[in-house]
Amino acid sequence: MLTNRHWKRFDRTLLGLTLTLSMIGVVAIYSANMQSDLIFVRELYIKQVYWILISIVAMSFAATIDYAFIERMAFPLYILGVGLLILVTFIGKVGGGSQRWLSLGWIDFQPSEIMKVILVIILARVFNDIKKRDPINAFDLIRPIGFLVVPFFLVAQQPDLGTAIIYVVIFIGLVGFVRVQTKLMSFLSIFLLAVTPLTWFLLKPYQKDRIIGLLNPEEDPMGRGYHIIQSKIAIGSGGMWGKGIFEGTQSKLNFLPAKHTDFIFSVYAEEVGFIGAIVLISLFCSMALRFQNIIKYSEDKFACLVVVGLGAMIIFNFVYNIGMALGLLPIVGIPLPFMSYGGSALITNFICIGLAINVSIGRKRLV
Amino acid sequence: MPSPKTKWEQFIAKRTANIAYFSALLGIIMMVLLLRIWYLQIIEHSYLLSRAENNRLREVYLDGHRGLILDRNGLVLVTNRPAFELSMIPEDMNEPKNTLEFLQKSVEFNMNDVLKSIKNVATFKKVVIKSDISRDEVAFVEENRLELPGVSLQIVSTRNYNYGNFASHLLGYLGPITAKQLARVIKKQHSRNDFVGQTGVERAFEKSLKGRKGLRVLEVDAAGRVIKVLKRISPIGGTNIQLTIDYETQKMAEESLKGKAGAIVAMDPNNGDVLAFASSPSFDPNIFSNGISAKNWSRLLKSGFHPLQNRVTQGQYPPGSTHKIVTAIAGLEEGVFDKNTLVNCPGYFKLGRKTFRCWKEVGHGSMDMKSALIQSCDVYFYTLGLKLGVDRIAKYARMVGFGSSSNFKVGTERKGLVPTIEWKEKVRKKPWVLGETVVNSIGQGYNLVTPIQQVRMVAAVANGGKMVEPKIIIKDVDLNNEKGEREHNSLLPFSKESMQFISESLRGVVEAPRGTAWRINKGSFGYAGKTGTAQVVRRKDIEPENIEDIKYKYRDHAWFVGYGPIENSEISVAVVVEHAGHGGTVAAPIAKKVMDAYLNSPYTVIQRSAGSKNRSNTIRLVDDTANN
Repeated sequence: MLTNRHWKRFDRTLLGLTLTLSMIGVVAIYSANMQSDLIFVRELYIKQVYWILISIVAMSFAATIDYAFIERMAFPLYILGVGLLILVTFIGKVGGGSQRWLSLGWIDFQPSEIMKVILVIILARVFNDIKKRDPINAFDLIRPIGFLVVPFFLVAQQPDLGTAIIYVVIFIGLVGFVRVQTKLMSFLSIFLLAVTPLTWFLLKPYQKDRIIGLLNPEEDPMGRGYHIIQSKIAIGSGGMWGKGIFEGTQSKLNFLPAKHTDFIFSVYAEEVGFIGAIVLISLFCSMALRFQNIIKYSEDKFACLVVVGLGAMIIFNFVYNIGMALGLLPIVGIPLPFMSYGGSALITNFICIGLAINVSIGRKRLV
Repeated sequence: MPSPKTKWEQFIAKRTANIAYFSALLGIIMMVLLLRIWYLQIIEHSYLLSRAENNRLREVYLDGHRGLILDRNGLVLVTNRPAFELSMIPEDMNEPKNTLEFLQKSVEFNMNDVLKSIKNVATFKKVVIKSDISRDEVAFVEENRLELPGVSLQIVSTRNYNYGNFASHLLGYLGPITAKQLARVIKKQHSRNDFVGQTGVERAFEKSLKGRKGLRVLEVDAAGRVIKVLKRISPIGGTNIQLTIDYETQKMAEESLKGKAGAIVAMDPNNGDVLAFASSPSFDPNIFSNGISAKNWSRLLKSGFHPLQNRVTQGQYPPGSTHKIVTAIAGLEEGVFDKNTLVNCPGYFKLGRKTFRCWKEVGHGSMDMKSALIQSCDVYFYTLGLKLGVDRIAKYARMVGFGSSSNFKVGTERKGLVPTIEWKEKVRKKPWVLGETVVNSIGQGYNLVTPIQQVRMVAAVANGGKMVEPKIIIKDVDLNNEKGEREHNSLLPFSKESMQFISESLRGVVEAPRGTAWRINKGSFGYAGKTGTAQVVRRKDIEPENIEDIKYKYRDHAWFVGYGPIENSEISVAVVVEHAGHGGTVAAPIAKKVMDAYLNSPYTVIQRSAGSKNRSNTIRLVDDTANN
């Protein structure tokens, strides 16, 4: 199906950015674990390379499939996704205190990750179906909310707060883009602002600790403040030019926790410094601009909404993860897109890029 | 190109503004992130870098081998030995108290002290349970390793005084460094928990003995495991210090004082080398080497005889008749008496209504100065002293070193007391009484001297008028940038004839049949000296014949100062025995034994036959391989 025309038209910059970030991620993962005692941990970067290769295949598929077909398949996909999430609650594998993984024998697979893409597709479909009003009213929101709530609660009870938050972010992003009536918008904003503090009472003790730890990490440096302090030390000690690639001490000597997953940015910033951080942020900003460009020139509403949802998700992931490493946001398991170690997230993010590329190629122009 | 817009085109056209707002918002967020990164990596960089280094670097100090202390002939007096130290890391134990209770079954230690230090120590730092544990205790700990998690045995270097009590006041002892000392010492030379010299040579030459600390900079991971050694500076052992002390002489001095309180100091009158330095009672400095126990400490403090007091430099005694040497010199030099001036001694001396007795109740009869010194006639010196006046006696007492420090480098010195009219008016706020001059001239009254002042005084008689400062270190020891001793001798401005006369008189004290030290004449190398019997309380008219009948604390101090051989003297000595009775019967025989021990010593014999007084030519039997 890949024709010469495909090659000429699709967003090659976006693909280049994606592959560049992934390669930086592999180097950072290698650096983070190169001094580990366990061969398995030392060689995680190789596994990441395999995941990237698999992800590229998935991306190519997502890029070339006819997205009208995806729109048609929205409901079956949603049923499949929710089914997998329900399956996880019964036969899922427990890791790190939560039940998130489905074991497929040789690999562990995280359905909540692929559910992100499915949620984007179903919401795009649902919003696309509302043709009468622009902006939409409160009744039009009922169906989308319904589609959000089911996976949200399934994931939140695993518990996987990070992913649940991403679902909400996708929803908010789409609603923001589709636009609701001004009055309703004000009401929803005030409602959200009022409700947010109340969620404090729903949080588990360890989640509360993370927020307290953020506000005053030095009060319990070996306990709830530990992650934040060590991450700040890693980043800050890098200085302008960094300690040099493979020379970071905070990561190699294990002072930095979750270094190849949630805190991969700290590993990176320690070794390549402020200059490296600017480069990384520029890469992500370019990616955000590419998404914006694709949205602008997309050819129909469904395709446009899909890219909006996926873009919101990736950008939020990026901002939140770095904000967390910098000690600005509470610690939640939100990985850095394309760079953190993890197969399911990698595949999901590559599929997002694939769909964006798909939209960038265009459907009508092709035929 | 105006064309009818599809519904989709209208939709996306309406959202151009949306996209722009979103771009602005994203721009702001990115700026916030960048500002934060800039703050951490540029503004806070040095602070956070130091924290990163602090995370990974551990500095471990290594102690150098402490320098040995040797006697003048190279005999090792003080060395270091390995000892087992029992310690624990509270964080590695489940319930420290239970483990300690188990341990207490076989190891004796103070539970409260250990629990107290557990509370005060930093995390993951060791707490010493007991240092220098016995073989049986080591065996118990080794056998019960499994029951004792977090408890460990380390081999530590411990100061060892090979001969126990030997020269304890001179050698000194080690103790934990005090906060004051820690503040004073050079950075990195000492650290908390170090043991440093607290008295004696150990303190005076601390810097040389200590050497330089080594340093190991380790890189550790978050679990505290050592990943690699980044830097290693080997420690440098301390300097071995060779003392001027002669083992045999010192041993004889200490044996002679056994069971008594007193002091002996012997010095080479030619160069000031201190040959013996004994203070009794003494103590065993080994009990300080690992921190003295409360029990031992209070035992030392409570003893009525003050074993920690260094009587050689800090014991102040009335000089008694040994002071007649000073009065005689003053009389001759001032021209008040010449050596032929005769005084009749009827056994007493009258001044106004007061009567001062001579020690010999029946009197000595007519005496010249020489026989007065030989027989120690009090009346002769009462008469001379009264003519001189107290201030003129004081002038000569000062010249021979009384009332001032002798600049001995080890320990603190007390200055004694040389009374004058001015002193009494100033300090006692009372006018001088002539009777006080009378008793002062025979070394009673307010006079106070220390043994080390006395030995300098008599050494000046032995060497013909040279005041030498006592030295404790053999000249050519290379001290570690530390101020050593310098030879600082001055010549007394006395006439040769006077010194010659005093020297002959002191020879008579030993050799003349009526000399007060006649007992030590037999089989001697030819000694000279002066006895003294210093009253502690005013003598009663009638006193018990038997010394045993006098209460100990009222008994007289026995003095002897002397030197030998008479020509080319090699040793001068001062002996004081507290509350022991007469100088002639108690102190002089001790002085003889000490001088005999030195002069008979094979090393001295070799040195003498080598025919040189210059130490650099002497045969040094120091095992140079002992240097580290």
